[in-house]
Amino acid sequence: MRAAMPAEARVGHPEPGEPMLSVEGIALRFGGVQALAGVEFTIYAGEICAIIGPNGAGKTSMLNVLNGAYQPSEGTITFKGRTRRKMHPRVAAMEGMARTFQNVALFKGMSTLDNVMAGRNLKMHSNFVACLLPVGPSRAEEARHRAYADEVISFLEIEDIRNVPVGRLPYGLQKRVELARALAAEPDLLLLDEPMTGMNRSEKAEMCRFVLETKARFGTTMALIEHDMSVVMELSDHIIVLDYGRKIADGTPEEVRNDQTVIDAYLGVATEDDA
Amino acid sequence: MIVLSYFNDLYGTFFATRSRTINTVFVTVISLLALFAVPTLANEYWLQAILIPFLVFALAALGLNLLTGFAGQLSLGTGGFMAVGAYAAFKMTTAWPEMDIIAIFFISGFFAAGVGILFGLPSLRIKGFYLAVATLAAQFFLIWLFNRVPWFYNDNPSGTITAPPRTFAGVMVTGPEAAAEVRYLVALVLLAVFVFFSWNLMRSRFGRAWMAVRDMDVAAEIVGIPLLRTKLLAFGVSSYLCGVAGALFVFLYLGSAETIAFDVNVSFLVLFMIIVGGLGSIAGSIIGAAFITILPIFLTNLNPILGIDLAVDIAKHIEVIIFGGLIIVILILEPHGIARLIAITRERLRI
Repeated sequence: MRAAMPAEARVGHPEPGEPMLSVEGIALRFGGVQALAGVEFTIYAGEICAIIGPNGAGKTSMLNVLNGAYQPSEGTITFKGRTRRKMHPRVAAMEGMARTFQNVALFKGMSTLDNVMAGRNLKMHSNFVACLLPVGPSRAEEARHRAYADEVISFLEIEDIRNVPVGRLPYGLQKRVELARALAAEPDLLLLDEPMTGMNRSEKAEMCRFVLETKARFGTTMALIEHDMSVVMELSDHIIVLDYGRKIADGTPEEVRNDQTVIDAYLGVATEDDA
Repeated sequence: MIVLSYFNDLYGTFFATRSRTINTVFVTVISLLALFAVPTLANEYWLQAILIPFLVFALAALGLNLLTGFAGQLSLGTGGFMAVGAYAAFKMTTAWPEMDIIAIFFISGFFAAGVGILFGLPSLRIKGFYLAVATLAAQFFLIWLFNRVPWFYNDNPSGTITAPPRTFAGVMVTGPEAAAEVRYLVALVLLAVFVFFSWNLMRSRFGRAWMAVRDMDVAAEIVGIPLLRTKLLAFGVSSYLCGVAGALFVFLYLGSAETIAFDVNVSFLVLFMIIVGGLGSIAGSIIGAAFITILPIFLTNLNPILGIDLAVDIAKHIEVIIFGGLIIVILILEPHGIARLIAITRERLRI
């Protein structure tokens, strides 16, 4: 089992193997419900880290704390060497964190290309007046970023639906567009909330391939929540197991697979309903 | 050629069509007609009673559509923001008579933009119908303000503001002596300029940010779009255009006006225009304004044309019934408005 290492006080781009993000003593309450309590772990640069656990274990809450959608009542979040008591979604985005949602959160009235371009909005700086004109710096910037967006689109093999409003797309493709939007931001850390739910076997296989290719091509660090254990075991370098808002295991897939607490809580008899 | 292909592209995006030649021909013909044929052929009645109000309302509808159709913020304050533009223009023309009238039109929008941003502040916390009610409060407050503070109408005992005679490059643009052709052309060119700017803006990072906030604000924040700044910019730009439209409404169309000209009915009228024309469509704003301003006049003149002899009051009632019925039929046929209806029809006809 890997010990939770304290984050180094170094701001910037962590090298592979160095801590990308670590949390300490995270607690989150909703009224009387303790969603998270004393959670601490570290996600290392370059790895695919799976956060697993039974339904209601606090996985999505944890992701929401990481990118600032929720604000924890206790604990700290250290991202790329900078420690904060809480994140803010926009700050997280500016610092290089991107995410996808369990139920896709796309801009439904916009085309695939516009969604992906929206993922790059933080990299675009044309001023208002320049944007009123059909020529000049704003258009040049637009063309430059569209070229990158098209690269991401072809990487995820969604060229056919480039100009289709995403509201009209089937669920599986929407998931892929959402991944494209997140990748367009060139994130250092990508949070994927159940990227394969509601997909059939071949769609899942395809998504797995994209996740692995993303790691190979962009070297993006990823934290993902997933219920399908075969997917988790195949993809991840590192697994964190939550149960009832607490971390019960943390280690390589091999270690977690053989951990008796995990077997009891999750893989064993009690888990038929969410396998 | 570059200009043509640009307009071609512009029109193509308006109606989502494929054929470049047809688009080029269409846009060129429309522009030439609007610029040269209409002022020579149309009579005073057509210009004054139909085309000028149509252009003014098209500009207001464009303004509201940027806010409601693109940025997703429902507003019922259009009439109030138009009033700000009109009263600002009135104060400026009377305080500085030598100031260029076109410059005044452009500047008056900034006052409306400021007021719009102020009343847009609640949009961070409230959405949808609740925001509509907050903007409705702006509408009532502004009209009350312009009624109650005599400074706004220069202590005129009748409480009205009147467009004084003012020129642009030596040509009389406003006041009783201004020719209808001139007023028409000024309104046309201003509308064209703002349509052009808006269209570019909607294809830029700002337009995308507005639509992202409209479609899903949580996700917009996740990708790093600043919600408040984005919404306030939408309020500012939208109110700017409404303000200019308000100034044109008094200075080019009404000649003189009281606050009643900007009451809540105007807000609803402009909202109907963008719903019927097409939310989130620049062309839809113009089509909607045309539909709402021109169709009633067309219906009024239908009876004499068809030779049906009806009592005036009955004819008027039938006119209102047909008008309401048509709006319902259009919204059932295509909830996204006439702009989408045209695009779909063209797609089916493959032109």
